[in-house]
Amino acid sequence: MTRLSGGLIDRDRKLSFTFDGQVYYGHAGDTLASALLANDVRLVGRSFKYHRPRGIFSAGSEEPNALVELRSGARQEPNTRATVAELFDGLEARSQNRMGPLNRDLLAVNDLMSPFFAAGFYYKTFMWPRAFWEKLYEPAIRKAAGLGSLSMQADPDHYDKGFLHCDLLVIGGGAAGLAAALTAARAGAQVVLADEDSRLGGRLLAETLQLDDAPATEWIAALEAEFASLPNLRVMRRTTVFGVYDHGVYGAVERVADHLTTPGAGVRQTLWRITAKRAVLAAGATERHIPFANNDRPGIMLAGALRAYANRWAVCPARRVAIFTNNDDGHRTARDLIAKGVEVAGVIDSRKGVHPQGSYPLFDGAVVSDSRGRLGLTRIEITRDGDSQWIDCGALGVAGGWNPNVHLTAHHRGRPIWDPEALAFVPGADGPAGLIAAGAAAGRGELAAALADGATRAAQALADLGLAARLPDLPRAEASPAGQAAFWHVPGKKRAWVDMQNDVTVKDIVLAHKENMRPVEHLKRWTTLGMATDQGKTANVSALAVMAELTGQSIPATGTTIFRPPYTPVALSVLGGGDTGRHFRPHRLTPTHHWAEARGAVFTEVGQWMRAQYFPQAGETHWRQSVDREVLAVRVGVGLCDVTTLGKVDVQGADAAAFLDRLYANTISTLKVGRVRYGLMLREDGFAYDDGTVARMAEDHFVVTTTTANAGLVYRQMEFARQCLWPDLDVQLISTTDAWAQIAVAGPQSRALLERVVDTADLSNAGFPFMACAELSICNGLRARLFRISFSGELAYEVAVPARYGHALMQRLMELGEDLGATPYGTEALGVLRIEKGHAAGNELNGHSTAAMLGLGRMVSAKKDAIGALMSRREGLAADRRRLVGLVPETRSGKVTAGAHLFTDGAEQTMETDQGWITSAAYSPHVGSMIGLGFLENGDAREGEILIAANPLEGESQRLRVVSPHFVDPEGGRLRV
Amino acid sequence: MRFSGFRVFKEAVTGHKGWKPLWRTPDPQPEYDIIIVGGGGHGLSTAYHLAAKFGVTRVAVLEKGWLGSGNIGRNTTIIRSNYLLPGNEHFYELSMKLWENLEQETNFNSMVSQRGIINLIHTDGQRDAYRRRGNAMMLAGAGAQLLSRDEVREMVPFLNFDNARFPIKGGLMQTRAGTARHDGVVWGYARGADMRGVDIIQNCEVTGFRIENGKVLGVETSRGYIGAKKVGVAVAGSSSRVMAQAGMRLPMESHVLQAFVSEGLKPTIPGVITFGAGHFYISQSDKGGLVFGGDLDGYNSYAQRGNLPVIEDVAEGGMALMPMIGRARLLRMWGGIMDMTMDGSPIIDKTDIDGLYFNGGWCYGGFKATPASGFCFAHLLAKDEPHEVTRQMRLDRFARGYLLDENGRGAQPNLH
Amino acid sequence: MLIPHPLLGPRDAQEFTYLGDAMMIDRPDGLAEGAEAAFCDYVFQRDNPAGLHRELWFHEQGDRSWLVVTRNTVTHEILGAELARDVALARRATDTPADQGDAQ
Repeated sequence: MTRLSGGLIDRDRKLSFTFDGQVYYGHAGDTLASALLANDVRLVGRSFKYHRPRGIFSAGSEEPNALVELRSGARQEPNTRATVAELFDGLEARSQNRMGPLNRDLLAVNDLMSPFFAAGFYYKTFMWPRAFWEKLYEPAIRKAAGLGSLSMQADPDHYDKGFLHCDLLVIGGGAAGLAAALTAARAGAQVVLADEDSRLGGRLLAETLQLDDAPATEWIAALEAEFASLPNLRVMRRTTVFGVYDHGVYGAVERVADHLTTPGAGVRQTLWRITAKRAVLAAGATERHIPFANNDRPGIMLAGALRAYANRWAVCPARRVAIFTNNDDGHRTARDLIAKGVEVAGVIDSRKGVHPQGSYPLFDGAVVSDSRGRLGLTRIEITRDGDSQWIDCGALGVAGGWNPNVHLTAHHRGRPIWDPEALAFVPGADGPAGLIAAGAAAGRGELAAALADGATRAAQALADLGLAARLPDLPRAEASPAGQAAFWHVPGKKRAWVDMQNDVTVKDIVLAHKENMRPVEHLKRWTTLGMATDQGKTANVSALAVMAELTGQSIPATGTTIFRPPYTPVALSVLGGGDTGRHFRPHRLTPTHHWAEARGAVFTEVGQWMRAQYFPQAGETHWRQSVDREVLAVRVGVGLCDVTTLGKVDVQGADAAAFLDRLYANTISTLKVGRVRYGLMLREDGFAYDDGTVARMAEDHFVVTTTTANAGLVYRQMEFARQCLWPDLDVQLISTTDAWAQIAVAGPQSRALLERVVDTADLSNAGFPFMACAELSICNGLRARLFRISFSGELAYEVAVPARYGHALMQRLMELGEDLGATPYGTEALGVLRIEKGHAAGNELNGHSTAAMLGLGRMVSAKKDAIGALMSRREGLAADRRRLVGLVPETRSGKVTAGAHLFTDGAEQTMETDQGWITSAAYSPHVGSMIGLGFLENGDAREGEILIAANPLEGESQRLRVVSPHFVDPEGGRLRV
Repeated sequence: MRFSGFRVFKEAVTGHKGWKPLWRTPDPQPEYDIIIVGGGGHGLSTAYHLAAKFGVTRVAVLEKGWLGSGNIGRNTTIIRSNYLLPGNEHFYELSMKLWENLEQETNFNSMVSQRGIINLIHTDGQRDAYRRRGNAMMLAGAGAQLLSRDEVREMVPFLNFDNARFPIKGGLMQTRAGTARHDGVVWGYARGADMRGVDIIQNCEVTGFRIENGKVLGVETSRGYIGAKKVGVAVAGSSSRVMAQAGMRLPMESHVLQAFVSEGLKPTIPGVITFGAGHFYISQSDKGGLVFGGDLDGYNSYAQRGNLPVIEDVAEGGMALMPMIGRARLLRMWGGIMDMTMDGSPIIDKTDIDGLYFNGGWCYGGFKATPASGFCFAHLLAKDEPHEVTRQMRLDRFARGYLLDENGRGAQPNLH
Repeated sequence: MLIPHPLLGPRDAQEFTYLGDAMMIDRPDGLAEGAEAAFCDYVFQRDNPAGLHRELWFHEQGDRSWLVVTRNTVTHEILGAELARDVALARRATDTPADQGDAQ
C-alpha cells in the first residue's frame, strides 16, 4: 500500500473492504476510489461498448469510468461511482459490465471489432430477416448492453421525506458557498447550506492553496464552529440538490446512512423538498480533458483529480506521472505532486513559450499523442513540432480547463452562454427565477474571486428580500490563475475518446458530421455522446469543440446542450420509497370494518375503501356458496350491508332546491319534504355521470348521495356549480360521507327489524311509505336518518347514524334480528341483487353511456337548464340506439360473461357488426342461472331474441336470450309492501 | 445509399469513407405542392408516405428546430394497438401493421421490438372492462390475451404479488406491442423522404399562414415566404399556437407529461408493463435504461418540464409495483407537451380553410401512431378524403356528439 | 408550485386539483336561442394560450375554494389568484368575461 504524506484521512482508523472478492484496507476519510488507488488497483471497470479497460478518471460525482456494484444481496447498488462512495468497514464492491474476470473480459473482443461499431451502425443493419430482430439480434444486444445489475430483490431499507423552507439555499459548500452562507447567516436570514460531500470545503479540500497564509482547512474549521452556533443556518452534508422546480422548490437527497455498513433501523436516504426564496448556486466547476489517441487507459485521469487524490487522500496512482495541459492549472498539479514526493516525468503544455513553475521537465508547444499499457498506462508519446518521443509514466493528469457546473441553471430550459474569456459555458440570464450562480459555477473560479463572489451574491439575494447583509471580512487567498488557452483535442488517426463511458471518439463525431448529424442534439443521439450515467459532464464541451472545428463555426454557434435534472442520478427508492407495499395508498375503513373483520369477512378494494366482499360461514368452501346464501337471505329474510362508502352531501339554503334542479337532469324542486327521489347527473357534455338519491329533509335541506367511486368528483363538481356557475344562489354544501355511518337493511323482514330499533316512529307502509325519509331517534335517543330506498328490489331501508355509532348499530341490528334471519352481506351479494333488479352501477355508468342507453332518457327534463341536458340532445348522442337489456343463457347451465360482445345470431363477427356487449354478469339464485346486463343495439325492441355472446379472447361463445333487465319483480310490488 | 450489414462491413474495412449525409440540407424553394409544418415523427412520416405511397414529391417539411425535437424525441417509445373503440382501434392496428414492416420499408433499423405489453388488472370490474377491450382487439385482428394472476406471475415474477395495496389479479396482454427506437423512427422517415425528393428544412419556423378568400396560399417563415398548394400542419404540442395563426381555436389544452430513464442496467424487464391503479408504466430500452412514466402534471403548460409531486408519485408507483427497482437510479427526467383533446383522441382532418389540413391532438399516445398518422394524413392531403380508419377523427365530432372517448372521462383533458 | 391563496396565503399546488380555463365560469344559458353552438364552444373549445392563462384550481385538500389563478403557461410564474366566486359575481355585475379579468 502506497500512501503519500498528509491528507485528510484518519490513519488511526483502518477499514477493510473487498473489490472483486479481494480484501483490501483503507482509512476513514477514503472514498472507494482513493482506497483502491492506495492499494495500487488501477483497473476498475470496462467501458460500455468496446469493453476497454478503465480506471478512475475523476475525484468526484462526474466520474464516467469507475462504476461498481456496491454492497450485496438486496442492497446491491449497480453503477455506483467509486469516486463518491465513502469507504466503510466491510464495504463490498464488484466490477461490472464484463464477461469473465475484469482483466480478461471476453467482451473485449468488441474493441477489435470497433470499426464495425461506428456511430449509429445499428441503425444500418440487423434488419434481415425480419423475425431475427426479436429472436436473435436484440436479445444479444440487450445482454451485452446495460451496466450493472439489480439484485431483483425488494430494497430492504427505509426512506423518508422532509420539507424545508428558507430565505436562502446555498448549493455547494466550497469557497463561494461558504462565503455565501456566512454572509447570509450572519445577516440573520434562514439559510440552508447543502453540499454533496461528506465534509465542507469543496475544492479547497483538494488544494494546497492558503487562506491568510494558513491551510484552508483551518479557515473551514473556524467557519464550521461559527456555523454550529447559528440557529438560523442548517448545514446539510452528503446532500445533493438534484433539481430546480417551480416557485423556488428544490429537490435534494440527503444520503443519511450510505457511509455506514447498514442503516440499521434508521433511514438510508431522505428526499428533501426545499422551498427557498432565493438560492445561490455555488456548485463549482468540473475539469475537462483533452482527447488524444488511446487517452482512456487506466492511469489517465483529470489533472485536478490527480491533485485531489494526492492532497486530500494522500494517494497517487503511480510513482512517476506526467501532466498534459493547456493551462496554468495543470502546472499547479505538477507542483503539488512534487511537493508530495511524486516524480513528475514531464509537463506537456500545448501552449508555446510557457515556463516551468517548478522543477520538472517542460514540453511546451507539445501534445500527448498516444499511450501504451494494456491494463494500465505505462508510456505516453509526446509530439512537438512533428517529432515524437515516448516517455515512461504510470499516470497522466490531463488538464483541459474547467467547465462551470451550470446544470441547475438549465433545469428550466435556460441556455448557458459562451464566455470567450473563460473558454466555457457560463449561466445564461434565463435560468430559474431566484437562482444566482456564484464562484466557479459562474465562471469566477479563481479563489479570491470565488470567495468575494459568494459573499456578494448572497448579499444581493438578501437585498432582493429586503434583508441587509454586511459583507464579511474574507481571508486573503493565494493566487490560482487559470491561464487557459483554446486547445480542444489532439488530431490523429487513432481513436481519441471524448465520452469515456459510452465510448464516443473523435472519429464518431467526424462520422456524425459527415452523415449530416450536425445539430448538437442529433450528434448526441447518433453517437450516444453525453447519454451515459455522467451525462457527459466531462465530455460535452470537448465534443462541441470538435464539431465546431468540423463545421468551421464557433462553439456557441455549433450549439449547447441544456442539462436535465437530476444533477447526479437519484435512487428510485428515495424518490418513491416512503410509502411502499400496502401503504402505497391510504386505506379507508368503514365504521363496521372491525366488526366485519371479526366475523371473518373477505375484503375487497373499492377505490380507497376496503369493503366486506362476503362473509364466509363454517362449511362454505367456495365464495359462491356464501354469496348465494347472502342474496337469498335478502330475498326471504333481512340482510345488512354497510353502505357508508356512498358519497353523501348535505345541501342547505333557501335556493337548495333550485340549485339541485340545475345539477340533476331530473326535477328535484317538486320533491316533498320527507320524500326521496332517484337523481341522475349528467356531465356537461351530455353523458350520464353519476346517480344517487336526493332526500328532502326540510324545505331548505337536502341530503344527496353519490356512487362510491365518484364521491369526491361529484362533490368537486357541486362546489364548482355553487361557487363558479351560480354564486348568487343561497346554498351551502358539505360532504358528510365520513360523518354518517349508513347501513342498508334489506329484505321482507327489514321493517320488522327496524321497528325494534326506532324509538317512536311509525314505520307502517302508510306511515313511512316507499321513498320516504325522516330524521328520527333509534336505540333510545340516538340521532338517526332513515331512508326507505332499495337497491335490491326488496322492501328495504338505509339507516344512518353518526359514524362512531356504526359499529354498535350493526351489532344491535344483528342481535335484534337473529330470529328474523338477519344476515350480513357484502359487495358481491350487493352486486348480484342489483343486477337481478336491473340497476345500473359502475359497469354501466362507465362514462360512455347516455341516459337513454340506461333506460332513463325520459328523466332528462327539457323544461329546465340543467348541467348536460342540452348537450345530451346532440345528434351523436341521440342517434345512439344501444339500450340496457337483460340476458339469460339459452340453456339454464349456460355461461354469461361480462366483457363478451353481442352479435346477431348467424352474423359475421367484426367490429362493424358488433351489436353491443355484456356489462355485468352474475349467478342469480333467484333466477337459478347466470344472468347479465348489457347494452344492445335497439335493445328495447329485441326482447326474446337469441344472440351470440362472443368472447374470442377466452375462446368462448354463448347463446343468450334477451330479456327485461328487471329479473326480480319488474312491477316493483315488493318495494311497496 | 442502401444500408445493410454488408455496407457496414465494407465501410468498416475501408475507413468509413463512403458514408453520405442521411439527408440533404436544401434551401427552401419558392413553392411546393405540399408543405408539411413540423419535422417531427408525424410530419416526416407524412412526407415519407406522400412521396413513397402517393407519388407527391414536391413536398417540403418545415421544422423550427432540429428534426425530431418535439415529442418524438421526448417520449417513452411504446407501440401498441390495444384500443376499445372502433374509431380508434382500426387506426392503431393499421399503425401496428406499418410498424411491423417499417424497417424493411425504410431500410433503416428503427428497432421495432415486439416484446409485448401487459396492462395489469386489480379489480373484478377492471377485468370485465379489459375483457371487453380484449375482445374488441380480437375482433379487429390485433390479438390479445387475458392473463390470470399466475400467468402474469410467471412472466414477470418480480412484481409485488404478496404485499400490494392493489393486488394483481391478472392482466390484458398484447404480444405484438412493444417499443421502437424513437430517434430511429425520425431518421428512418427523414432519410426515406429525402431520398424520394422531399426537401427537409430545419431551423425554419412558420410564423403565419397566407390566406386569401378562404384559401391558403403558403406560409410565412423565419426564412421568408414559401408558397404551397396545400399545407398540412403536424405540430403536436404546439397545435393551438400554430393554428391560432390561421384564426382557429381547437378543442384541446396543452399539458406536460414527464418521462424518466434510469441508468443502464442488465436486462431486467422483458416488455412493457402498465400499472393503472398506481399511475405507472415501464419498459427497458435496448441500451439498458428503465424507461418509465405516469400521469400528466395536470395543468396547462408549454414548459417541457414538470414538478416534484408527479416525480414522486411516479417513483412511488414504481416502488409499489416492483420494489426491486429501488436501488436503480433515475438518470434523466424531462417533459413533453401533449395536445390533450377534449375526448382524449386525435384529429386528422381538413379545416374550414381551403388547402389547410390539420393533424394533432395525439394526447400522450402519438408515438405509436406515427406510421399510420403519416400514412392517413398523406392520404387526406393527396386525395382530399379521409382514409377509412380516420373517418371518426374529425374536428366536428365534438359538436356533433360522436366522441372517441376511450376512458369515458368527458371533456376534461387532464382526466384522459 | 405554490399558489397564493387569497385567504390562506401561499399553499402547495399539491393541495389543489386543476380544472382548466376560467372561461368555464361563463356557462351559457341552456334555454337561450342557439344555445347548442354556444355550449359546444363552452364545453370543447379552448384558447390554450402560451403565456398568461386564467385558470380554475380547486383547493380540495384545503378550504374547498375554487380559485381563478393567473399563471404563465410557459414559465409557470403565477401573477395572482382570486376567489372564483368573487370573479363569478363580478362577472355577473359587469359582464366582463371571466378569462379577461385583471390579474391581482
